[in-house]
Amino acid sequence: MHRVAVTGIGSISALGRNSAEFREALHDGRSGIGTIQSADCTSLRFKNGAEVANYDHRPYFDDKRADFIDRFAQFAVIAAREAVADAGIEWTSQLREASAIITGSCVGGQSTEDAGFWNVYKLGVNRVHPLTIPKTMANAGASHISMEFGITGPSYTVSTACSSASHAIGQAFWMVRSGVVPLALTGGSEAPFSFGILKAWEALRVVSPDTCRPFSKDRSGMVLGEGGAMLVLEPLEAARARGATIHAEIVGFGMSSDACHITQPSADGAARAMRATLCDAKITPEHIGYINAHGTGTQANDPTETSAIRAVFGAHADRFAVSSTKSMHGHALGAAGALEAIAAIFALRDGFFPPTANFTVPDPACDLDVVPNTARDAEIEYALSNSLAFGGLNAVLAFRKY
Amino acid sequence: MSDELTQKVLTVIADTQRIPREKVTIDSSFEELGIDSMDGVNILFALENEFNITIPDDAAKQIRTIRQMAEGVESLLAGGTAGAAVSS
Repeated sequence: MHRVAVTGIGSISALGRNSAEFREALHDGRSGIGTIQSADCTSLRFKNGAEVANYDHRPYFDDKRADFIDRFAQFAVIAAREAVADAGIEWTSQLREASAIITGSCVGGQSTEDAGFWNVYKLGVNRVHPLTIPKTMANAGASHISMEFGITGPSYTVSTACSSASHAIGQAFWMVRSGVVPLALTGGSEAPFSFGILKAWEALRVVSPDTCRPFSKDRSGMVLGEGGAMLVLEPLEAARARGATIHAEIVGFGMSSDACHITQPSADGAARAMRATLCDAKITPEHIGYINAHGTGTQANDPTETSAIRAVFGAHADRFAVSSTKSMHGHALGAAGALEAIAAIFALRDGFFPPTANFTVPDPACDLDVVPNTARDAEIEYALSNSLAFGGLNAVLAFRKY
Repeated sequence: MSDELTQKVLTVIADTQRIPREKVTIDSSFEELGIDSMDGVNILFALENEFNITIPDDAAKQIRTIRQMAEGVESLLAGGTAGAAVSS
């Protein structure tokens, strides 16, 4: 069994085109939520989202290549490029052949599909673009990353709604820890700002008409986000040997299923995932100094997650911080777990709790230290990142300061 | 509230919830009918389709009873707001 180091991080989101910008926004408590630009929201009950502002493929992909890659997979590749460069990987043919790529995505390229179906159903054009299928498939992110770097080892995609990226990172962590692969590129990406998808979210009545206020009494729902985030994982001793910069160690991964309801969360399921993660990391609840919460800002999630945290941590829950960075980067669905893993890594590496932005009024049902609105300096050793998906499929990651 | 409208609302609820029509009365509670939050959202969608109305999220959040659902539909059909019916 290897200890596993995070040697590369990359991200693109509403909080910036790279991880330095992401870190700065998290530290400043700056929200990336604004009026949705990439879809017409005239006939929607919500207008706000957390988009990658003014995104255009041209700095990243030539037109011909971009034609083959949906926006969600472009984000996967952009984040992977940054993570690989950050890790300073020196590729050998052996390493390319053995490395893994495990990505998460919830809706995949449904925006491409939406546009194609619009032609068929609405415009009466009896054909869709031949790239609709290869652009829509949820594994397109992993496939394009593999082609980008010539990585030919085990590559696949996990789709577990809002837990997708955390499940992906957890699998990658276990593969590196057990020695199955010498390196893994893992994370998630999402780009759900297409009219049909937004309409479907509207129908669920969980999207806020203004902004995302996790743990606030006057919270009014989630705000959708987009982006991509990737980590490079490798055995700690190998990373040390090659003199790599180590952002943090990944030390635990736990999963559970609520087996309860397709949309309502269960405190018991969330608690079991957190306990499984502590057990996997061989640490006790008292070790934890920070939790990056799932914290969607919906009526259902936040009190349920609070009681799950209290059930696992008891009195210790009053001695650590819990924040939801979705208040800033939005709910990026299949990318959420990866963006939030990076936020937890920053908390450990740089010694600060990212805040819960947009916080207004405390809710007795969410009575944790949620770091309202302003980041706080703090030296901690261990952090968790919670992902509690629709469908009751939960994934929790544990990181350690290096 | 007109009896015809009430009967239509109760039928939509029964059909959506997949329960016998005779089980649903204007005074039934959500609990009695096994209606959870997702079922409630499904029923509002069915009511919107049946009556060609749009039920705002704010009003939807306040609805706790079958009677409020029926009154909300009636209010929206009369050109008012569902919220006004709920708070009355």
